[in-house]
Amino acid sequence: MLKLGVLAIQGAVSEHVETLKLALSRLSLSGSIELVKRPSDVEKIQGIVVPGGESTVIGRIAERMGLLKVLRDKIENGLTVFGTCAGAILLAKEVYDAKIGKVDQPLIGTMDIKIVRNYYGRQKESFEVDILIPVVGSKPFRGVFIRAPAIESVGSKVKVLATYEGLPVLVQQDKMLAATFHPELTNDTRIHELFIKNVLDR
Amino acid sequence: MVDRLEELKDFLYGLLEARDKMKDMFTQTPLPSELRIPIKGTIVVKRGFAQMQKGGVCMDVTNVEQAQIAEDAGAVSVMVLDKLPYDVRKAGGVARMADIKVIEEVMAHITIPVMAKCRIGHYMEAKVLEYIGVDMIDESEVLTPADDKHHINKWLFKTPFVNGARNLGEALRRIYEGASMIRTKGEAGTGNVSEAVKHMKQIMGEIRALRAMNDEEILETARKYNVPYELVKETARLGRLLVVNFAAGGIATPADAALMMLLGADGVFVGSGIFKSSDPEARAQAIVLATSYWDDPEIIVEACRMVSEKSSMIGIDIKSLKPEELLQVRGE
Repeated sequence: MLKLGVLAIQGAVSEHVETLKLALSRLSLSGSIELVKRPSDVEKIQGIVVPGGESTVIGRIAERMGLLKVLRDKIENGLTVFGTCAGAILLAKEVYDAKIGKVDQPLIGTMDIKIVRNYYGRQKESFEVDILIPVVGSKPFRGVFIRAPAIESVGSKVKVLATYEGLPVLVQQDKMLAATFHPELTNDTRIHELFIKNVLDR
Repeated sequence: MVDRLEELKDFLYGLLEARDKMKDMFTQTPLPSELRIPIKGTIVVKRGFAQMQKGGVCMDVTNVEQAQIAEDAGAVSVMVLDKLPYDVRKAGGVARMADIKVIEEVMAHITIPVMAKCRIGHYMEAKVLEYIGVDMIDESEVLTPADDKHHINKWLFKTPFVNGARNLGEALRRIYEGASMIRTKGEAGTGNVSEAVKHMKQIMGEIRALRAMNDEEILETARKYNVPYELVKETARLGRLLVVNFAAGGIATPADAALMMLLGADGVFVGSGIFKSSDPEARAQAIVLATSYWDDPEIIVEACRMVSEKSSMIGIDIKSLKPEELLQVRGE
């Protein structure tokens, strides 16, 4: 049976659990969702979601718990991962803040992308807009951008699956998927289904 | 005769239109099914901001140095105040919004969200905070209320609001006014968690009671709480508030934070508890750890080891406070 995990240190954990459950049922798959809080939890799962929240908080606690290193090793050895917003920041190799510049924060750092935190500004600039993601179908996807980061540049192995105003917002490199918006805050499960397909496709 | 009828019809339609406009003040007009241009400040991004704070600790700070300590310790956001609630209590007088310069300085130096408090009903303090760009506004009973009858109509803002509540009725009234997040009031500045416990249990208990109610009882409850039937019905269906529910007011130790999580809080606010202790760095880290791992006894113990009870803020017994000294009764 399929076992999927959600990194459950801080942030929109239950939202991802619910969306994954819905995605599994829409794909007519059975599976369970585990909360990942300890390094040993990573052994049990075939794919992991790194949720939105505050990347500094998730990164610092994950480092302290020894989770960051375990996740880095597992992902480098093929564990399927999907990061949203803060999760995308944690997956990036290079991160800086739009206003403060260089930031010193613990990262998983397995994806060849460069991320700018708080790119669109503060919370009052947060927005919703429809974006086109051809790999999940022609129907537009409602993008919920909350204090969202931007992917400034990507390495040669990274596929850009969607853009907004010319910047990548959904990217994939091997089994790693990263979104700068929050599909878990909509009822649309298509990106979570894509993640599950990545898990199955080994 | 026909003219009179037409006149009457126009008049009635005018009334209906006015009613709809009144209603719009307190709800958000639904978004179109297709969004080609971005829309800011929607209900989803406002409530979503609060969802991203879940499992985290928002810390009260009064200057940049404290904000940096908070960020380094793993705070999910900071709340900028002129004085910590404990000092507000001691100083007396009128407590108002913090200095704009201090708030802006904090925003310029840290990457995590920055919140600030405005007085209950003080629309202008809130507008100022929205303009300078704080990420969330706390319409807080810790400051001296500016309006003893009305809270701010929070639907008029793009910036999300958090409000305090002692029971489900208060929580639903604030959500109806547009709050994107609820927190218990507790009794701020006391270092005494007992009131936060009382308020969290009260809200959770009342939601459980809702779940067993039939439509007639839900209607009666809606009348009692002074909120629309649909809001109570939806809360009953979900079995939780429509927005994130944090604990606040008197949290001083890692065990306090873990206790509030156990009672069903989505996260915690720590006011005086950190910077009124004599070990703020270690305490801030310990409270963050205990909030994330509230269901893991081993880590709670580790968090408790990081602090010393000798360093905790002294605290105030609620019974020793005169009725007029209670902050939680402000703004129902």
